[in-house]
Amino acid sequence: MTKRTVELELATPGVGANGDAVRVPLTVGTEEPSGIPGEPMLINIGPQHPATHGVLRLVVELDGETVVRVIPHVGYLHSGFEKLGEYRHYNQIIPLTDRTDYLAPMANNVGVALAAEQLMGIEITPRCTVLRLIACEMSRIISHLVWLGTTSIDLGAFTPFLWAFQQRERIYNLQEAWTGARLTTSVTRVGGLMADVPTGFVEGLEEFTRTFPKTLDEIDRVLTRNAVWAGRTQGVGVMSAPDAVNYSLSGPMLRASGVAYDLRKDRPYLGYETYDFDVPIGEHGDVYDRYRVRLEECYQSNRILAQAIKRLPDGPINVADPRVILPPKSRAMTDMEAMIFHFKQVMEGIRAPVGEAYVGIENPKGELGNYFVSDGSAKPVRWRIRPPAFINLAALPKLAEGHLLSDLIAINASVDIVMGEVDR
Amino acid sequence: MNPSVDTLRATFGTAIGRSSVTRDGVSTVDVACAQALKVFEFLRSSEHYDYLVDLTAVEYRDPERPLEVVYLLRSLQGGAELRVKVLLDVRQELAVDSVVGVWAGANWLEREVFDMFGVQFRGHPDLRRILMWETYAEGHPLRKDFPLRGRFSRAEQVRQALAGHPEAHYSMEELSFADAHHDLPADMRERLRRGERGTIPHSE
Repeated sequence: MTKRTVELELATPGVGANGDAVRVPLTVGTEEPSGIPGEPMLINIGPQHPATHGVLRLVVELDGETVVRVIPHVGYLHSGFEKLGEYRHYNQIIPLTDRTDYLAPMANNVGVALAAEQLMGIEITPRCTVLRLIACEMSRIISHLVWLGTTSIDLGAFTPFLWAFQQRERIYNLQEAWTGARLTTSVTRVGGLMADVPTGFVEGLEEFTRTFPKTLDEIDRVLTRNAVWAGRTQGVGVMSAPDAVNYSLSGPMLRASGVAYDLRKDRPYLGYETYDFDVPIGEHGDVYDRYRVRLEECYQSNRILAQAIKRLPDGPINVADPRVILPPKSRAMTDMEAMIFHFKQVMEGIRAPVGEAYVGIENPKGELGNYFVSDGSAKPVRWRIRPPAFINLAALPKLAEGHLLSDLIAINASVDIVMGEVDR
Repeated sequence: MNPSVDTLRATFGTAIGRSSVTRDGVSTVDVACAQALKVFEFLRSSEHYDYLVDLTAVEYRDPERPLEVVYLLRSLQGGAELRVKVLLDVRQELAVDSVVGVWAGANWLEREVFDMFGVQFRGHPDLRRILMWETYAEGHPLRKDFPLRGRFSRAEQVRQALAGHPEAHYSMEELSFADAHHDLPADMRERLRRGERGTIPHSE
């Protein structure tokens, strides 16, 4: 297996026989297999292993150090969310979505609310649209930062992890100020939002978008042209574009393989078509390209956030429909009609018409789909999450087989799984 | 309505059932179970639905209604979306042909539907449970007759978890290439030889 070289020379400085400085080219992974057949060995990685990014278990057949087969075992975090959803009102489902992709909870909240609104035919307000978009892009940044940090640790770089988590903390503080929670945000409601953003939030986010690219530049500087990083990631876990489509990959995994498909551009929702941003596309479909794509997506999300803050309109965050949105508590206590609506909504929930609706949104991990089937009652007959991490993870055996065991760690990291979503 | 529906009707005739546009604007068409694989191959090759977005199943609260296996297809180039449903009578055997040969991404999705609904996918290369463990004996959790808390009591669930044999954590395939296969206890090797998986002993 030979690896392609980076734009700059992949070399380490050394001293030649005459005492001159020379550059010694790195020959990473260029040895040919010896051809001596070995005894296959079965090893078990996980479910309690830091490099599997959650409770993922991989049973690996090894020939020497080469991975012959990978058999992933998932389900250790299965919580039966889809089953639970069938026993809950639409608004009661939203807290469940916090716990699926727990690295981007606000984006999940938005996804499920959009699907319920599509099913019920509700148009959300302009302010709500922009705030939800801000929630999605904030989630994309924090999710990618976790990915960047943990993957760099997996490959032996500790510093980017600290930088990434410092920046992530700033978004988490904003998220906490808005929703009161760092993880269980539950920020949306069917037809609107749980709360408007607090005073100082917009300024805080503005400050973040101004200063955040500096950290990305630093991470870019230490990783993108780093010989060890490039050697560990280039040519590893390659997925061709036709294969990526065939395996139903989505998100950065699909785009790193060179397929220019982003739901924000191709099936716009929340007015993404009115924002100016680029979608990064990889060329070789390896771990390195997935890193480049995710890093660039952070820059682009930052761009979108900066635009969204500028155009954030005033006005209500909730639709003016008392059947969908709870009346304010002060009115519910004083106004008979408001109290009736309050009572009916809490006790009976919002009735959805008979029918079904699927809404896919571009989550940090890929296409997060929410599919509701309703029989006309206040609880869905079926709530299906199309889990991007689950479907991306299914391609892991295809990606990893034939590589070294240490590359398996890099490949598994590059898939960007989150077990809460894989197992649901 | 998506023009592919008319093409399907012209090509497959009576195998194509009811069609409608759902509330999300996606054309939905019912396909007879026997013809389903042919229809999917046709959709993939002639109608360019190269991307399987999702594969799932829906069972309604009304026990008279059939169980639906739902395929959401997309053409990445053209952007067209089509939802295909295969209707299965819940009183009969739940089985459809696997589409792993058409879209490789269907592999785990079909395993999940098998795990959660008990639908058999004929021709699937590795149809095992995926989210529940392989020796899970309570049935298929997303079926409507499955109680929310499971069929067994918590005490029974704990007992079974503790009574599971170690090899239950590995598939037969995995154990067959285990380096330590000859080091396994004699009774375990004997069970493997008989092709038994870690079965749960019945409580006395």
